[in-house]
Amino acid sequence: MNVMTMHRRDFLTGALAVSGGLVLAVGLPGCGRKPAATGPAAPVDLNAWLQVGTDGTVRFWCDRSEMGQGVYTALPMLIAEELGVAPEAIRVEFAPAGEQFTNNLLGTQITGGSTSVRDAWVKLRTAGAQAREMLVAAAAAEWGVAPGDCRVEGGSVVAPDGGRLPYAAVAEAAGRLPVPQDVALKPASAFTVIGRPQRRLDTGAKVDGSAVYGIDVRLDGLLHGALAQPPTLGGRVRSFDATAAKAMPGVRDVVQTSTGIVVVANTWWRARKARDALRIEWDPGPNSALDTDAVMRGLRAAASAEGQVARNDGDAPAAIAAARRGAGGLVSAGYELPLLAHATLEPQNCTAVVTADGCDVYVPTQTQLIARATAAAAAGLPPEKVRVHTTFLGGGFGRRLEVDFIPAAVEASKAVGAPVKVLWTREDDTTHDAYRPPAFNRVSAVLGADGRPTAWHLHLTSPSITARMFPAAVENAVDPFAIEAATNYPYDVPNVRVTYNRHEIGIDVGYWRSVSHALNCFVAESFMDELAAAAGRDPVAYRLALLDRQPRFAAVLRRAADEAGWAMPPAGHSLGVALMEGYGTYMAMVADVTVEDGRLKVHALHCALDCGQAVNPDTVVAQVESSVVFGLSAALWGRIDLKDGQVQQRNFDTYRVLRLPELPRIVTYVLDSTAEPGGIGEPATALVAPAVANAVYRATERRLRSLPLSLHGIA
Amino acid sequence: MQKLNVNGRVVEVDAEPDTPLLWVLRDTLGLTGTKFGCGAALCGACTVHVDGEPVRSCVLPVSAVTDTQRITTIEGLSSDRSHPVQQAWLEIDVPQCGYCQSGQIMSAAALLARSPQPTDAEIDAALAGNLCRCGTYQRIRAGIRRAAEIAARPAKS
Repeated sequence: MNVMTMHRRDFLTGALAVSGGLVLAVGLPGCGRKPAATGPAAPVDLNAWLQVGTDGTVRFWCDRSEMGQGVYTALPMLIAEELGVAPEAIRVEFAPAGEQFTNNLLGTQITGGSTSVRDAWVKLRTAGAQAREMLVAAAAAEWGVAPGDCRVEGGSVVAPDGGRLPYAAVAEAAGRLPVPQDVALKPASAFTVIGRPQRRLDTGAKVDGSAVYGIDVRLDGLLHGALAQPPTLGGRVRSFDATAAKAMPGVRDVVQTSTGIVVVANTWWRARKARDALRIEWDPGPNSALDTDAVMRGLRAAASAEGQVARNDGDAPAAIAAARRGAGGLVSAGYELPLLAHATLEPQNCTAVVTADGCDVYVPTQTQLIARATAAAAAGLPPEKVRVHTTFLGGGFGRRLEVDFIPAAVEASKAVGAPVKVLWTREDDTTHDAYRPPAFNRVSAVLGADGRPTAWHLHLTSPSITARMFPAAVENAVDPFAIEAATNYPYDVPNVRVTYNRHEIGIDVGYWRSVSHALNCFVAESFMDELAAAAGRDPVAYRLALLDRQPRFAAVLRRAADEAGWAMPPAGHSLGVALMEGYGTYMAMVADVTVEDGRLKVHALHCALDCGQAVNPDTVVAQVESSVVFGLSAALWGRIDLKDGQVQQRNFDTYRVLRLPELPRIVTYVLDSTAEPGGIGEPATALVAPAVANAVYRATERRLRSLPLSLHGIA
Repeated sequence: MQKLNVNGRVVEVDAEPDTPLLWVLRDTLGLTGTKFGCGAALCGACTVHVDGEPVRSCVLPVSAVTDTQRITTIEGLSSDRSHPVQQAWLEIDVPQCGYCQSGQIMSAAALLARSPQPTDAEIDAALAGNLCRCGTYQRIRAGIRRAAEIAARPAKS
C-alpha cells in the first residue's frame, strides 16, 4: 500500500518508511530548503526520540498528539535546549505507537491530563543531552581530543581549535556508542530556548491548508465510509435492508460492523447519501426511557449515600452535626452540572487498511497504544501487526482518548479488502460522544463567630469515567479524576472532608477538558463566595485570610484582583473571582460582567497564573485564551439533553458555542517561576463558570447553582 | 461531466448535481485544505471564495457553480503563504489545532478585499460564521488588523 504523496507544497514529504511502517511526515516551515547531502548512509537512531537522517536532518519523534496545545513546538524545544540546535532545525514527525513512548504520569502512550510537558520535562531534556554527549564523544574520538574540551553549537561539534564537525558527519560513530546514563542537565540560568517565546513549528502548515488531519488522509484506492449508529445510546441493529443503498451511485458495499452499519462508496458524499437510504430496524437497548430529568433525579437520590472518603482532616461531620443541633453557623447548598459534548471541530474519523499480514490505521488519536489494541481486536490481528499513524488532531479536548471511531473503519476495510476512511457527520458526532459527566455536588460548611469556616464537607456524586477506561486506577472506589479541585481544597480550615459517590447513569461518560476540575471548582469556588457573603466579607479578602500557608495561591489571587481592578471596578460592572490549583498550575480568575435588563454580558476575564517554568510562554498565554473560550461556551450555554435515550442536540445550531463577536477580553498574567512546570492545556477552563457566576451574584444577588447559566434566563 | 474553475485551473469533475462543492474539492480534486465541520453552514470551516465572495462550500451544490465563476480555496490564496492574512497569522501564531483556520483565513481575506481597513463591527460580522473550538478569536481579531497593516504598506520593489 502506498501513501499517496501530497506534493502541494514542497515541505510535505509524504510517505516515509520508518520503524517498519509508514508515517505521514509533515515537515517544518523553514525545512523546505535542500539539506546538505552530508548525512549517514542509513538513518541513525540516537535514542527513542532522535534520529539523524540520511539527509543530515535531526528528526524528533513527537510521541504526543498535537491538538492545538503546542506539543509539536514545546517538546522539540526541550530537545533543542540540550542538543544545541535551533528548534526550527528539528524535523518533527509523529511517533508510532510504542511502549517506549509511555507517558510516565498516566501509564500509557497518552496525550491528556495536561501532562505532556510535565512528563517530558526531565525525560526529553535527558534524551537531548544524551544524544549531544554521544555526538561530542564521537567527534572528540575522531579529533583525538577530550570530549570535555569540545562544545556544541548550531548542530555541530566544535573542537578546542575551533574545527567543526556537523552532527550528520559523526552520527554513525555516535550511534555505536553506549548511551551515557548520568548526564547533567542545564540549570535554568543557562537556558537559551526554554522560557523564550518560540514561534510554533506547525503554523506554516496550518495557514496554507497543508497540515494533514485524519479527515485529510489519502491513500491509493481509498474508499469512503459513512456510519449509521444506533440513535438510542446503547442500542443495536436488529435488522436492515440495504437494497436501495446498494443501488445508489458509487456504492461499493454495505458492511455491518460492531458499532453500526458502514456504507462504503467511492466518495464520502455518496456514502453518506446512501447511508440515509438504509432501512434499519434498531433495538433501542436498555436506555429507551432515559431522559435528562431522570438522570438528575438519580444523581440527587444517590447523593444521600455516604460515599467514599477522599480527604478527611479533623472531624467535619461532628462540627456540622453540632451546628445542626443548635450551635449554628451551618451553610449548605447543592450544585448541579449537565452533560456536555466535546464538539471537536474535526468530526471523528479513522482510516484503516487491513491486509492479510497487517493493519495500518491513520487516526487522530490521543492514545496510540489503546488505538493499536482496538484496531488489532477489530482486525483479528495481534497488536504488533498494527501500525498506528497519528495525524494532526482537529481538536481533542479528551474526545480522542476514546477509540469508538476506530473499529468500524478496520472492520469495513477488512470486509471490502481496500483502504476505508470512515467519517462521522457533525450530527453523528454530537449524538454519539462520551459526554462530560453530569454531577450533583452538595457542600456544607460551618462558620465560626469570626466568619471563618471551621468545617467544610464537599460531597460529590457523579458517574465515573475512569472505572470504564482505566479501572485499575480507581482505588477504594474513588475515581481519581472525579475528585480534582476538591481534595486539594487550599483554605486554612481545621475540619475538611471530601466524599465521592459513584453513581452510574446508563451511558458512557468521558474525559472533557479539565475533567472534574470543571465540576468541582464550580462548586467549591461558588460556595466560598457564599461563605464570604454569609460572613459579610469581601470575596477576595475572605479567601486571602484563609491562605496564609498557601503562598502560590495567594500570589495569583492578589495579582488577578489587582490587575482586574477589584477595588474599583469599571462603573456599573461587577467582578467575580475563582481560585484553583490543577495540574500543578496555580490560577486565579476575575470575571468582569454587567447584567442589564436581565441579560448577562461578560466583558473581560483576567487570569493570573503560576505554572512553574513556562517552556513556551506564548503557548501558555494561548492555552489560557483557549481554555477560557472553551469554559465560557460551557458556562453560558453548554448542555446535552437526553430524551428516550437519544441526544437532543445535533449541530451547532442547538449545541451553541462561543462565536467571535461574543468574545470577552481575555488578559493573562504569567508569574515568573522556576518551579517544575505545571500543565496549561486545561486548568483555566474550570475557573470560568465560578468566576462568572460569582460576578453575576455581585451584580444581581442571585446565586446560580446550576449550569449552564442560560437555564436561568440570563445568558 | 461539469467544468469548474478552481484556483485558476479549469477542471472537469464527475459528480451528482446535488453534491456539495466541498466534497468535489476534497474527494474529487484532492484539495483537502478546505474542511468539513458541520455540513450545514453553521461553522465556516468549509469557506472558499466564489468570485471573491466567501461561501460555505458544504451547502453549495456543485451544479450551482458555473465554469465562468472563479473558485479559490486556501491552496490557491497564495503559492507561498504570502497573502497578508497568512503573513499575519504566521507572525501572531493564530492557529492552535488549526482545523478551522482555512475557513477563518478565507473569511478574513474576503473581508479585507472589500474593506481594507475594517472596523471592529465589520470584523465581527465577517467572522461570526466561523467557529473556532480552540478559542483563537482574540488572535484572529489581532491577525486581521495586522493583515490590514501588511496589505497597506507599499509593495516591495
